[in-house]
Amino acid sequence: MSSRANISCLQEAKRVAIFGGTHGNEMSGIMLVNMWIENAAEIERNRLVTKPFISNPRAVEKCTRYINTDLNRAFTSENLSAPDVEGLPYEVRRAKEINQMFGPKGSSDAYDVIFDLHNTTSNMGSTLILESSTDLFNLQMVHYIKKAMAPHTCSVLLNEHPQLKYSTTRSVAKHPIGLEVGPQPQGVLRSNVFESMRTILKHALDFIELFNSGVEFPPCTVEVFRVQERMDYPRDTNGNITAMVHPHLQDCDWEPLNQGDPMFLTFDGRTILYEGASTVYPTFINEAAYYEKQQAFMTTCREILAANAIRKAFK
Amino acid sequence: MASAFLPALGRLAVCGGTHGNELSGVYLVQEMERQRKEKGDGAWPIPVTTVLSNPRAVKECRRYIDTDMNRCFSRAMLSSPITDSSPYELQRAQELNNLLGPKESADAIDMICDLHNTTSNMGLTLIHYTSSDWVTLHICKYLQTKITKVPVRVLVLDFQISDAYSSDSVSKHGFTIEVGPQPHGVVRADIYFIMKEAVDMTIDWIHKFNSGTVFEGGDMEAFKFIKSIDYPRDPETRTLTAAIHPQLQDRDFCLLKRGDPLFLSFSGETVKYEEEEPLHPFFINECAYYEKGMAFHLAKRLTLTIPTVQVQKH
Repeated sequence: MSSRANISCLQEAKRVAIFGGTHGNEMSGIMLVNMWIENAAEIERNRLVTKPFISNPRAVEKCTRYINTDLNRAFTSENLSAPDVEGLPYEVRRAKEINQMFGPKGSSDAYDVIFDLHNTTSNMGSTLILESSTDLFNLQMVHYIKKAMAPHTCSVLLNEHPQLKYSTTRSVAKHPIGLEVGPQPQGVLRSNVFESMRTILKHALDFIELFNSGVEFPPCTVEVFRVQERMDYPRDTNGNITAMVHPHLQDCDWEPLNQGDPMFLTFDGRTILYEGASTVYPTFINEAAYYEKQQAFMTTCREILAANAIRKAFK
Repeated sequence: MASAFLPALGRLAVCGGTHGNELSGVYLVQEMERQRKEKGDGAWPIPVTTVLSNPRAVKECRRYIDTDMNRCFSRAMLSSPITDSSPYELQRAQELNNLLGPKESADAIDMICDLHNTTSNMGLTLIHYTSSDWVTLHICKYLQTKITKVPVRVLVLDFQISDAYSSDSVSKHGFTIEVGPQPHGVVRADIYFIMKEAVDMTIDWIHKFNSGTVFEGGDMEAFKFIKSIDYPRDPETRTLTAAIHPQLQDRDFCLLKRGDPLFLSFSGETVKYEEEEPLHPFFINECAYYEKGMAFHLAKRLTLTIPTVQVQKH
């Protein structure tokens, strides 16, 4: 039962950006943003301004993840305050530019919402990535999107882990949202993945439009998968991997992994089992870009987050 | 049926990492090298040389450094002079030609298997540059009977050996083992073990052949490359305006008939196959072919007749 006191009044979300090409070989976002830069009709709404934007144009041109360093790890306060010197990695310079255009991060001048479009080689389907369990606007938005996309599943990944959380491109905004759709190989454009991402964005913008027009969204709950641990491949003393993700785990993102389940398979056919005491829900299983980040998959635990009712604050 | 008596096969070279981000071959070659360290040359019943073709590209997990290595093995490329500004891959191709060839000479190694992955849903596809090499075709036929987990198809191109540009044209007999779908930069266990089985069965055939086994001839199905089709593109900027249609995606080697969907444009229109002759698409949505202007290739299905073969007795 909600009383008027339980409604959170939040600032209108007027300035919304859509980033594609944070990684230059994740094609859905690149093609969508380029399409919308040409013709923005589809992403226009009455009560907000949307800006489609290619975050890493040099990487997009070379169809590579990054030029010097991963842009989606570059938005640390150290980088954002680094002086402009020669030899600064391209992506650090770019992070500072993006922070000027859409931030500054943490300030009241920052963009209200940034959607950052990504693809993954993992079988994650449509995934929305949150960085905070207390951002009511974002929780209500993902709840809206999930309902609108049903019966197509949207999973919600929450990365609030103190050590594993990273400084994303979208973190410049007050309400950052990652869209991660897979599986899709790097450098490849799959029609179904492209259209899923396009539809998610449509619903997201519809939500913001409704919110900005004064609609009240009742209290809701959202099932999320909270990041627990990064699991690396078994490696030899030279750092080379000695096993692959086991066929029983491959493509099983979001499915329970229990103690004793097969986890890795060595090149000469030996199975390595998951030894963890409790059930976890693995994700980012066999993502191409994470071999160099020492990650075969991530473990998560399932959690239900509750969000208050929200509506736009009256001026 | 009359038998063809053919010389025994001396040595097999297994080449991985011709494209540095096609990882099954990279890891299979490394695993084979580890087995050789452990068991010596007795690891296999025939002499086997393992090669990491493009080590610099492997180190960076990229298809190539300067130029696509798998286009560097034509006679013209192998005999072009090397200067300081020559592409790395051309220099490396000439090194490999010295090691495993020279191509078109009596000293060339008997067999090369070149290991590749594709983002296309091609299962196990064995690619050879002609349709008249009975040893290679018999091995393909053998693999088709032995490997049942995935479809095993034979693709023949129609090149003269001098024009054939892939590394498996350096040897007297040879073919490409192409396994997919796998994203570049990823190693999938299921795909790795399909490739391993293909290599193991190739070694098995050579050993049996050399030991006197008679391999019955007959008809076999193959696909012959006809042409490539590009994506619809903006005439000025050349950027894509459509993606492979969902009804064509992942349907490599199906039969495309007039009116079947090919592409779905970003504005929702379907582009259809307009040709009279039904053909079979393959390499549908291969990542590396975007830059070569190819959305997919088309092939004709044909029946090849190969003779019974057995090893020449001394």
